[in-house]
Amino acid sequence: MLLADAPVLSWDLTADLREIWSYAFMVNAFRAATVVAVVAPVVGWFMVLRRQTFAGHTLSVVAFPGAALATLLGISTTFGYLGACLATALVIALLRDAGRPGGAQESAATGILQAFALGCGFLFVTLYHGLLGGPQALLFGTFLGITDQQVLLLAAVGAAVLAVLALIGRPLLFATLDPEVAAARGVPVRWLSAGFLLLLGAATAEAGQITGSLLVFALLVIPAATAQQLTARPVRGVLLAVLIGLAASWLGLFAAYYWPYPLGFLVTTVAFTGYLLAHAVRAAGRFSRTAAVPA
Amino acid sequence: MTGVLGQAFFQHALLAGTAIALASGLVGYFLVLRAQTFTGDALSHVAFTGAMAALAGGYDLRLGLFAATIGVALLLGLLGRRGRPDDVAIGALFSWILGLGVFFLTLYTTTRSATGQGNAGISVLFGSIYGLDGARTLTAVLIAAGISAAVLVLARPLLFATLDEAVARARGVRTGALGLAFLALVGACAAEATQAVGSLLLLGLLAAPAGAALRLTDRPYRALALSAALAVLDVWGGLLLSAAAPQLPPSFAVMAIATLCYTATYAVRRTPTAAAADPA
Repeated sequence: MLLADAPVLSWDLTADLREIWSYAFMVNAFRAATVVAVVAPVVGWFMVLRRQTFAGHTLSVVAFPGAALATLLGISTTFGYLGACLATALVIALLRDAGRPGGAQESAATGILQAFALGCGFLFVTLYHGLLGGPQALLFGTFLGITDQQVLLLAAVGAAVLAVLALIGRPLLFATLDPEVAAARGVPVRWLSAGFLLLLGAATAEAGQITGSLLVFALLVIPAATAQQLTARPVRGVLLAVLIGLAASWLGLFAAYYWPYPLGFLVTTVAFTGYLLAHAVRAAGRFSRTAAVPA
Repeated sequence: MTGVLGQAFFQHALLAGTAIALASGLVGYFLVLRAQTFTGDALSHVAFTGAMAALAGGYDLRLGLFAATIGVALLLGLLGRRGRPDDVAIGALFSWILGLGVFFLTLYTTTRSATGQGNAGISVLFGSIYGLDGARTLTAVLIAAGISAAVLVLARPLLFATLDEAVARARGVRTGALGLAFLALVGACAAEATQAVGSLLLLGLLAAPAGAALRLTDRPYRALALSAALAVLDVWGGLLLSAAAPQLPPSFAVMAIATLCYTATYAVRRTPTAAAADPA
């Protein structure tokens, strides 16, 4: 921990929270995490429904070369994250158009793109010798030193992503669940698919700044996958995913303040525990139902 | 440059790199053909956690690598139907395992940083092929030869099960067991390749030669051989490139050559959006 003497949990939660929030950097960390924990699960819910986890993962790791290049050039890493993720989203959208969607070729191309991007990131890090804390902060996240400006930018981008998603949500859901019928009804399936990839790029760029580019999935996939275990209804599922994302990131930050372990580990652990619990709840429900039927 | 080529570390890298590339090309072909690239991606991240856990516990790094990748590969196979895991379950599982890897990394750097080198995490993530000594090279070559032999033995039934699973099952091929065995091979190959190009970049070594081979020919065995040959050429090219330009890390050079080769296949076999495939 940064502080001279490690803080001790007093189990009086209001006092603990007051102590945590007396530090400006912790307040900003909570603000940024809240923005990310709302935006990422909403976009992630659609991503899980569309089975685009591989594309989402590729988008999240290209944040690393983006941020590394931005550091090398001396510009804000936020722009690096956004630029790299949005550019890759465009490339993946074009790859999708070229090949059969979901085919072996498309996933191979996505994998190659990902490995090449990570290789470039490594090159940029090697060329830039004085990276503070090494590439590990970019890869695995940090909650220290988030500025007011960064929070504002995160909030603005997040609001834009949510606004666009609110506009295209209904046709996107239609195009996801039944692309052929949607296309026949005049829904622009292709444009929606490309637009969604851009939204996914923006969301992963946001989340990457908190969890690090390797652990974006903690907020993108796990809350959404958990919610889809518990309910099939869209609105309820999205809300549930956001709640899980908020719980995971708040608990993770709270724990990271007291423990010297990395934030990424804590957030993924909380989220994954929820995922396993949801599986257990569903299995128990199925068991009680099958036990009741053969009477 | 000729001076570098004569050095022992470079010859070790060339030897181990060739063997690992051969295994990766063979395994990668089936990985791409079975559309399981994402599984390879997940296993590459698991490799990082395995290596970090072994380092934090004070064991040989390779022990953790192989145990973690093969173990998780089998777990993923058992989670999915007929040895084919589900993407969302993979994503949820591996992001947690990666989080665990960060935990072990912290544990390692805080408890053992006095004894070990501080950038162990980075060398696992991005490879340290120039750091292989004679004994490690020999082990890597032997294991890679074992993986390659196993793929060649399984090639016929695996091809059958991949191309027409229903018919293969009807003819008595045990597709589930075959899928599991293949996943175990992918795990072993991921652990091998981590030593060469690093856990984050090994996906490129698995997918790029295979993707290129599949674009160039439709014949299964020819594509399998082509994939292995391209993987070896990619590694040779990358090593030579990094020898010629020492500021380029070898794993980046291998990835750059592999991506270049893959992109070049778009020029050979013309498609409407050849320009769009360029990952600039």
